[in-house]
Amino acid sequence: MAQQEREPASDGRTDRSLTMSRAMVEAIAHEMREDDDVFYMGEDVADYGGIFDSTDGLLEEFGYERIMDVPISETAYIGAAVGAAQAGMRPIAELMFVDFFGVGMDQIYNQMAKNTYMSGGSVSVPMVLTAAVGGTYNDAAQHSQTLYGTFAHLPGMKVVVPSTAYDAKGLMHNAIRDDDPVVYLFHKRLMGIGWMPAPDGPKTGVPEDEYTIPFGSADVKREGADVTVVTLGLHVHRALEAAESLADDGIDVEVIDLRTLVPLDTETIADSVAKTGRLVVVDEDYRSFGVTGEIVASVVEAEGGLADLEAVERVAVPDVPIPYARPMENEVIPDADDVENAIRDVHASE
Amino acid sequence: MVSVNELQSMYENMVTARHYEERLQEEYLEGKQPAFDISAGPIPGELHLAAGHEASGAGVCQHLRDDDTVTAPHRPHHIAIAKGVDLKRMTAEIFGRETGLSKGKGGHMHLFDPEVNFACSGIIAEGCPPAVGAGLAAKKRNTDSVAVAFLGEGAIDQGAFLESLNMASVQNLPVVFVVEDNDWAISMPKHRITDVANGARRADGFDMPGERVDADDAVAVYEAARAAVGRARDRNGPSLLEVQVHRRMGHFMGDPEGYRPDEDKAAAERRDSIERLEADLRGHDVDDETIDDLRDRAHERVEEAIEWAKDQPEPEPADAYEDVFVNPASGVTDSEPSVAETGGDD
Repeated sequence: MAQQEREPASDGRTDRSLTMSRAMVEAIAHEMREDDDVFYMGEDVADYGGIFDSTDGLLEEFGYERIMDVPISETAYIGAAVGAAQAGMRPIAELMFVDFFGVGMDQIYNQMAKNTYMSGGSVSVPMVLTAAVGGTYNDAAQHSQTLYGTFAHLPGMKVVVPSTAYDAKGLMHNAIRDDDPVVYLFHKRLMGIGWMPAPDGPKTGVPEDEYTIPFGSADVKREGADVTVVTLGLHVHRALEAAESLADDGIDVEVIDLRTLVPLDTETIADSVAKTGRLVVVDEDYRSFGVTGEIVASVVEAEGGLADLEAVERVAVPDVPIPYARPMENEVIPDADDVENAIRDVHASE
Repeated sequence: MVSVNELQSMYENMVTARHYEERLQEEYLEGKQPAFDISAGPIPGELHLAAGHEASGAGVCQHLRDDDTVTAPHRPHHIAIAKGVDLKRMTAEIFGRETGLSKGKGGHMHLFDPEVNFACSGIIAEGCPPAVGAGLAAKKRNTDSVAVAFLGEGAIDQGAFLESLNMASVQNLPVVFVVEDNDWAISMPKHRITDVANGARRADGFDMPGERVDADDAVAVYEAARAAVGRARDRNGPSLLEVQVHRRMGHFMGDPEGYRPDEDKAAAERRDSIERLEADLRGHDVDDETIDDLRDRAHERVEEAIEWAKDQPEPEPADAYEDVFVNPASGVTDSEPSVAETGGDD
C-alpha cells in the first residue's frame, strides 16, 4: 500500500527531548484521540503502564475500556485483535516479551499475517502487534531474544524496529494508520526506563506535532566514505559508537539504520555499498538464516552489487540461546568493540 | 493424620525458603543502589521471590519422592527447596557461577536438577505439558511415580494449562496441578482476568477432582496434597489443587507495586503460614528449643549455600558455545571477513 511521508506541521520545534517510550506513547495517545477505533490490549498495560513503559500514563486519559489489561492468554487476545481489526477497528496488542510469541503464534502468523492474502485481498487486518525485544541485562534464554528476523521471514507482516525517539513516534503513527498488520518491536534497553539505563542516543528531539515516517525508508544515521554498516535497534547506537572511535584512526564509517525490515530499503544499502565497497552487517538476532544473511544477499543480488562488494562481514549472535551469566551473555551479544573490529577487518582487507 | 516428624520437615523447608528469599533480596539489591539498575550487582536480571508461598511447596512436596517429577514456574525457589534440589548448586546458578546447576546458562527462572526430577521455566504455564509427559512416561513404564506441575493463578488462562488438564484427564495420567493463587498476575488483580474466583472449579470441566485450600494452614495443604498425590500414585487419575498463598514481595525485585493497595500487602504480611505452623508444632508438644534448632539449622544452610555460591568461579565467555548440538562458529563475527577475489572497481 502506497505511503506518503508526512513531516511535522511545524518544523524547528525539536528542542524538546523525549525518551523512546514517551515518544511511542505520544503517538499512541494522539491516534486514540483521533480515532475511537484505536485501543490497546496487553498484560499489565493499565495500572502498571506497561512493564517497559510502553503505555505509561494512557490509562489516566483513556480508561480501562481502551487501555485493556487482559488475561495471560496470548492466543485469545492477539486473536481477538485480529478479529476486531477485521471488524474494522484498529487494535494494538502487546506481547510483553517477544520471546512469548510461541504461546500465541498461530494467531500471529497463520491468521493475522495471512488473512489478507488468503482472502484474495478482501479482508484487511489493520492492527499493530507490539513487543519488547533484546538482551544485555542477563535475563537469560527465554526473555532476551530479538527474533525480528523470524517475523520478517514469515510473509504477511510489516516489521518495524525503531532506534530513536524521533523514529519511534513517526513509525508508530504510521503503524497505527496502516491498513495491514504491523509488528512493532521496541528494544528494552532503548526505552529510557528508570531501572534499565539507556545508552546516549535514543533520547532525541521529538516534535509535538504528529508526523509519519514511511516504512521501507532506511535512515543514514552517519555518513561515511570507507565502510558501510547496516544495522537496526540497539545496535545502531553501538555502531555509531564504533564509528566515532574509528574516525580518530581515519576510517570513515557510514551507519545505516534499517528502521523497518519489512519492507526493506535495499536501495539505500546498495547505494552506500556502491560508494564504500565494504559492508558490515550488525544484528542482535541469531546469525544463521537471519537478517545479516538477508542484507548481504540483497546487496549481492542488486544490479552491480556483486562487483561493488569488496569485503563483507557479519556481526550477530552466534547460534546459541542467550546464556544467563554475565561473561557468557557479553560474549554472544555484539558490543561496540566487536563492531569496531569487524569494520577494521573489512577496511584492512585487500 | 500428619506426624510430628512431617510437621517439622515442612517447617524446616518453609523457614529455609523464607530465609533464602530474604537473603537473596539483600544480595540482589546490593550493587543496585542508589539507582536500581537491573543489570547491576551480584545477581543481575529478573528475580521473582516467593515469600508467602512456602506452604504450597512444602505441603505438596512432603508427599513426593526423588523419582517424582516437579515442574515449576518463574517463581521456583520454595518449590525447589521442598523438592530437595541441591541448594548450593541452585544458589551458584542464581549467582551465575560455573558450578551452578546449569553452569550459569540458566539463571533463577531456568533451574534444572535431574537428580530429583525438578525443572522450571520462565514461560507462563509451559511447565504443564512436560508434567503431563512425565505422567505419561510413568504410566507407560508402569511405575508408581507421579508428576506435579506448579503454576500461578495468572497461568490458568493459558491454553497450555487447559490443554494439559484435558490430556491428563482423558489419558488418566498421574499428574497433580497445583495453582498458587497469590491474587496478583504482576499488576492484574485476579478479578480482572477471570470471573471464576475458585480456580479449582475448572477441574469440573475436565471431570477430575478439584480442591481449593488456604496456605495459611500448611497442614490443610498437606492434607489436600496427600489426597491428590495419593490418587495419582494409585493410578486414579489427575487432580487440581488451588492453594491460596500471599505475595509478601513484589512480582519481581524492583517492582514498585504502585498498583497495589497498601492494605492488600499488609494483609499478606499478617497472614503468615510459618507462624501458624509454629503454633501447630507447639500444639504437638514440640518445645521452643526444638523449634529454635530447626530454624537455626535452616538459616545456617542458607548462609552456607550463599557463601559457597559467591566463592565459585564465573564461567568463561567461551563456555557459551558448549551444550549445543552443532558447534556454532565461536564469537559474534566470522574470524575473517569474506573478501571478493577479484576486488571491486575502485
